[in-house]
Amino acid sequence: MTVYDFYLFDRNGNCLYYAEWNRRKQPGISKDEEFKLMYGMIFSIKSFINRISPKDVQDGFLNFRTSKYKLHFYETPSGLKLVMNTDLNVGNVRDVLQHVFSSLYVEHVVKNPLTELGETITSELFRSKMDEYVRGLPFFAPKAS
Amino acid sequence: MAIYSVYIINKAGGLIYQHDHNASRPEVEKTFSYPLELVLKIFDDKIVVAFGERDGIKVGHSVLAVNGVASEGRFLKDGRDILETLAMEENYPISIKFGRPKLTTNEKIMLASMFHSLFAIGCQLSPEPRSSGIEMLETDTFKLHCDQTMTGIKFVVITDPRQMAVDGLLKKLYEVYSDFALKNPFYSLDMPIRCELFDENLKIAIEQAERMGSAGV
Repeated sequence: MTVYDFYLFDRNGNCLYYAEWNRRKQPGISKDEEFKLMYGMIFSIKSFINRISPKDVQDGFLNFRTSKYKLHFYETPSGLKLVMNTDLNVGNVRDVLQHVFSSLYVEHVVKNPLTELGETITSELFRSKMDEYVRGLPFFAPKAS
Repeated sequence: MAIYSVYIINKAGGLIYQHDHNASRPEVEKTFSYPLELVLKIFDDKIVVAFGERDGIKVGHSVLAVNGVASEGRFLKDGRDILETLAMEENYPISIKFGRPKLTTNEKIMLASMFHSLFAIGCQLSPEPRSSGIEMLETDTFKLHCDQTMTGIKFVVITDPRQMAVDGLLKKLYEVYSDFALKNPFYSLDMPIRCELFDENLKIAIEQAERMGSAGV
């Protein structure tokens, strides 16, 4: 079990923060392009789900899986989008993403007087806390290979 | 426990088959007095609730019927314009039925090609080499399972989040497709499937999977 990477988008689609841990393949496009593609995919999946759903959606999109990875998604009421890619054996990480938002983002970014909302997060403290938290997760164990 | 619908998408992203199995969309009928407290707007040629959620009527629901007369786009079956009818005080009290809008064939074709692209993007953004596209997509109201065959045809099944044994159904659908669509001499590849035997066997496969999926719980 492992965590590959993590994206944080604001409501306008700017990538505020990106970190990767055990990622083994780069998509072959620039990071900027990748963020746009990722946000575009999430945005489209949300609209897709809203239309194809047989019932009224509340939380909406939770996660999807392919043969190699699982993408987890959590959106706060303010439109902040948290995306985490893990391997297939990881279960529900909604509470993990919620913790990242409430205990890391709010504490170290929103309450930091030096950050402009909507700007890329440059805070070293947030970066190190995030790294520490993800490395401490029970399902974070780098693959041997 | 339910299987809601099945989509079959060809290798170019075109919808070649669609079947709604358990389309029980929630509907709410309510009698209103003048003036109408809901704000309605025209969206995609449908009358949709824009503001004023109440009694199970949600934003995004469309007007399905007025006083028992079904709606057809912006108009009622008897030709009256819905918004004009609702604006006139003498028509009140009036009973309006709301519900999630039914997908039109055009929307289904659009959603199918949309999923086709999402599938490809999911593959491109993979953090691991040699990943497939989206195989299972989970939301709070449904699960979408997708199986792509070697020849690029995608079988997409939308089910209840608790439905089990969907992988077996996907394989079975491919079998039914091979047996009753591909082996039909009048069927041309990548074109919409219109074969009676295919319809029948697909329905049987879905019903079987529904029973098996429920028995396990």
